[in-house]
Formats: sequence, structure tokens, C-alpha cells
Amino acid sequence: MSTHPFAIETTGLRKSYGDKVVLDGVDLRVPAGTIFSLLGPNGAGKTTAVNILTTLLRADGGEVRVAGHDVAREPDAVRKAISVTGQFAAVDNLLTGWENLLLVADLHRLGKREGRALATRLLEQFDLVDAAKVKALAYSGGMRRRLDLAMTLVGGPSLIFLDEPTTGLDPRSRHSMWQIIRDLVAGGTTIFLTTQYLEEADELADRIAVLDGGKLVAEGTADELKQRVPGSYIRLRFADGQALRAGAAALAVPLPETEELTLKVPNDGGVRALRTVLDRLDDASVEAEELTVHTPDLDDVFLALTDRKTVPQGATR
Amino acid sequence: MSALALSTSNSATMLRRSLLHGVRYPLMLVSGLLTPVILLLLFVYILGGALGATMPDGRMGYLNYIAPSMVLLTVCYGGGATAVTVSVDMTEGIINRFRTMPISRASLLIGHVIGGVLRTMVSVLLVLAVALLMGFRPSATPVEWVATLGVLTMLAFALTWLTVALGASAKSPAGANTAILPIQLLPLVSSAFVPTDSMPGVIRWIAEYQPFTPVIDTVRGLLIGSPIGNSALIAAIWCVGITVVSFFWARAGFNRDA
Repeated sequence: MSTHPFAIETTGLRKSYGDKVVLDGVDLRVPAGTIFSLLGPNGAGKTTAVNILTTLLRADGGEVRVAGHDVAREPDAVRKAISVTGQFAAVDNLLTGWENLLLVADLHRLGKREGRALATRLLEQFDLVDAAKVKALAYSGGMRRRLDLAMTLVGGPSLIFLDEPTTGLDPRSRHSMWQIIRDLVAGGTTIFLTTQYLEEADELADRIAVLDGGKLVAEGTADELKQRVPGSYIRLRFADGQALRAGAAALAVPLPETEELTLKVPNDGGVRALRTVLDRLDDASVEAEELTVHTPDLDDVFLALTDRKTVPQGATR
Repeated sequence: MSALALSTSNSATMLRRSLLHGVRYPLMLVSGLLTPVILLLLFVYILGGALGATMPDGRMGYLNYIAPSMVLLTVCYGGGATAVTVSVDMTEGIINRFRTMPISRASLLIGHVIGGVLRTMVSVLLVLAVALLMGFRPSATPVEWVATLGVLTMLAFALTWLTVALGASAKSPAGANTAILPIQLLPLVSSAFVPTDSMPGVIRWIAEYQPFTPVIDTVRGLLIGSPIGNSALIAAIWCVGITVVSFFWARAGFNRDA
């Protein structure tokens, strides 16, 4: 495990292809032992960022330190600390699950006995024992992902990059993948996660950064991000029309246009605002039947932060 | 851990992977083997009567002339499988796994090259066996046999590097399969099937100055005792040249950006 406080640190990271600027001065700080999620629409530069952080691609400018090492000057030191699971499962189709794991163990020079013991353990951990002797070509999407992640764990990386690890998985496989990721972090590993599923980032990530047009447009915890977009409101339901009208008068909000007995009170989602609403209802002696606080979810945040007229179909990553 | 020890260990692992691919996907070996064998049967039993008419022993005389050529063609066809497997590695996700691991960067290429040469030489031995069964009677001494296998290995090494380079630069496995076509067709315009002095002007010039003619003349000379002259030297120069150029080309293709 790295003793460095930040598993990833970038300052002014820049990359362009010809005239097209893909990363335009990105500053990232990922504390060791946490899950950090990078979100962004297609073409935002997520995969380019991952490729630079994992030594696959050279940055045009900026400082990039991964596991305490400069990626440009000490790529081998970086490679010793990291492991990568890309968008497409990086398994050898012609080899069995067992052989795939041994291949990676041999490349890490683990030694025969240690490699076999680890492969056996990983097959059990990832529920692949029955498929151990089957060629990866015959695996289902979920099995390939699991084998891919199992291969990624060989060598005991302190920092794991997961580039859309659950794309194309059914809900059960996704939840089991999430549990695996949580277990890894509990063991001290740092996870850098890119995902299309905002629910996944919400569920897993300690911190989230939103990348759009090559720039970070927001960074923080899921809750911090949600508070940045308008859209929080308190929803009140009343027993009858009289209470509804009294409530609307007390709170100075318009009556609903439909027959519903509910009022929507715009609000910042904080406790103080909630108390004010309840106090006003009390002062007017109006009783509400039910109260719910609606806060925006990450989808709202994402759409608000990465607003654009149209997202081109099939845009490049 | 020294860099050499790391490189040797990683290369051995990659070689094992390459050989396992050959076992798992025997079609690769068969397709490289089938074409030379079919051509051998075709040339000897269908065209051999006509082509061998001017030769001392007729059809069997032509078999002796063409068997060494078919062995050479086997080396050319052996590269097909290599180009495709390298291209599959480069275009599917696994290359990025290897590139982000703390392993010797050359090991993947070395594994493919040694694996490819070994696969090709197995095919060569099988085609030689078929030719011998058909009645091919080489006059080679044990030393000449060793020299023959040496020349063929040298050619296999050069062409495997070339096919690795083509595979590493191709955009898709299908593209890699097309890119190697010239390697498989060029031997047809050489002294492999008929002596070059029977060809018209320009073609004869191409046939005489292309790399496969000196190689085939050397192999034929060693096996059936026809004159070699300076063919062996020219063949060696060609092989070394192709190897060196292909080595740098393959390395550049392998190191291109993700």
C-alpha cells in the first residue's frame, strides 16, 4: 500500500489530438484508500484521462503523479502499483479461466505454488470455479467481467482503475460487482471508477468529479453535488381542499393546477428551511397529512452540469 | 531483479501462451499446412506430367524440383496465423492489460516470434514428410539436411518478424490477414515452380531479384544437389535485412498509442 496521502494527483493535465482539445487543464486529487468516480458524457475525455493515468498515453502538459510516482518519468514504478480493468474485458479468449489467471500470475513472477493458490482463491471468490476449465470465449458477459477483475487483482495492486466495470451487466451481477469493490476498499485499496451509471457512483464513490468538454465542472461528495443544482422541494399533502388553500396561503405558494391535494414548496433541502415551513403551518393552524423532501438525484446534477443542446450520437470516447 | 531475468521470465510466459494458442486453435496450424499440401498434390499429380515432360524422370523429376519449393511456401503460409493472432492481441483489450503491467515490453513480441517460428517449423516437417511419402528422394547428406533446416529457420524467423510487424500495424485481424497476402503470392513469381529462364522479360527480372528465388535455389541445391552459387549468401542478406527492418517496424507498431 502506498504511504503517499494521494493515490492520484494531477495538476493542469492537458491532452489534445491535433486541434481537438480532449483534456484542458484537469486537476485531480484522489486520497489513498477511497473510491473516486469520474463522470462525464460520451466524449468528455474520461477514457483519455484513464489512459494517461495508467501510462498508456502521454500527456501533453501538466503534472501527473500516480501512487507517488510521475507517470512520464517512472512508468514502471506506476505499473507496479496499479492494475486496470478496461471497458472491454481484457481476457484471453482462447485460454480457460484458470489459464488466464495463471498467465497473469506468471507475468507477475509469483512462483508456481503461490500462483496456483491465488488462482484457486480468486476463482472461488469470483464464483468461477465451475467455469475454471472452460475457454473464456464461452463465458457470459458477467463471467468475463468477473474473470477480468480477478486478473486485475493478481499482484496485489494498491490502486485499481475500473473503466465502466458494470456496463452491460444484469442487476444481480452489478450488485455483486459493487460488493466486490466495497470489499477491496475495506482492504485499503484505492479505486478510480468511471461509469455511465450515476446510481453506481452514488452508491460507491466517496468523491465524484464531473468532466465535461475536457474540464472538471464539479467535484465533491454525492450530497455536495446534489446541493449544487436547484430542484429541491418539500411536498405536502393535505386532507381536504380547505386545508390545502389555507396551507398555500400560509406558505405563499401557488395552488396546484390539478385536482391533487398537494403543494410543492421550493427549498434548499436543508433542515432550517424545513423547520420554517412547519412553523408557518403551525402558526396558521394547518395540518398536513404527509410530508416528503425531494432532493435532486445525480441524474439531475449530471444533466444540469453537462447541459448542451444535443449530445451527438456515437460521439468518440 | 535484473532486467534480463525479468525479460526472460516474461518471454517464456508469453511463449507458453503462444504455443497454447496453437493447441487451442488448431485451425491456425491446419490452414497454414493445407495450402502447401494441396498445391503439392495439384502440381505433381495434375500438372506434373506436363511440367515434368522436359525433365529426366518426368513427373517424379518434377516432384524433386517442386518439393523444396512447397517447403518454402509452407514457411510463407505459416506467417498468416501469426499476423492474425498478433492483430487480435492488439485490437482486443488484452494488449492494454499487458501494457499496464510491470513486465518486459518486448516479451509479448518475443513470445509471438518464437512461437510463430516453432509453429512454422512443425508445418515444414509435416510437409516434408508428405513429400517424402509421395516419392520425393532428396540426395542431401546429414550436414546438408541440417543446413536446409538452418536456411528455412532463418527465413521463418525473418518472415515471422515481418508478419508480427504487419499484425501489430493492422487495424483489424481481417486487415492483417490481407496484409500478408504479398508474402504468400511473391513465391509464385520465383524459381519455385519453374526455372526463371523460362519467363518473359520483366517477370523474369522480378523473379531473379526477389528474395524467395535465392532462398529456394539454396534449399533446392542442398536437398537435390542443383548448383547453389552465391544464392546462399544473397538469401542470408535478404533474411537479415527483412529481420532488421521488421524488428523496428514491429516495435513501432507495438508501442503506438492506445
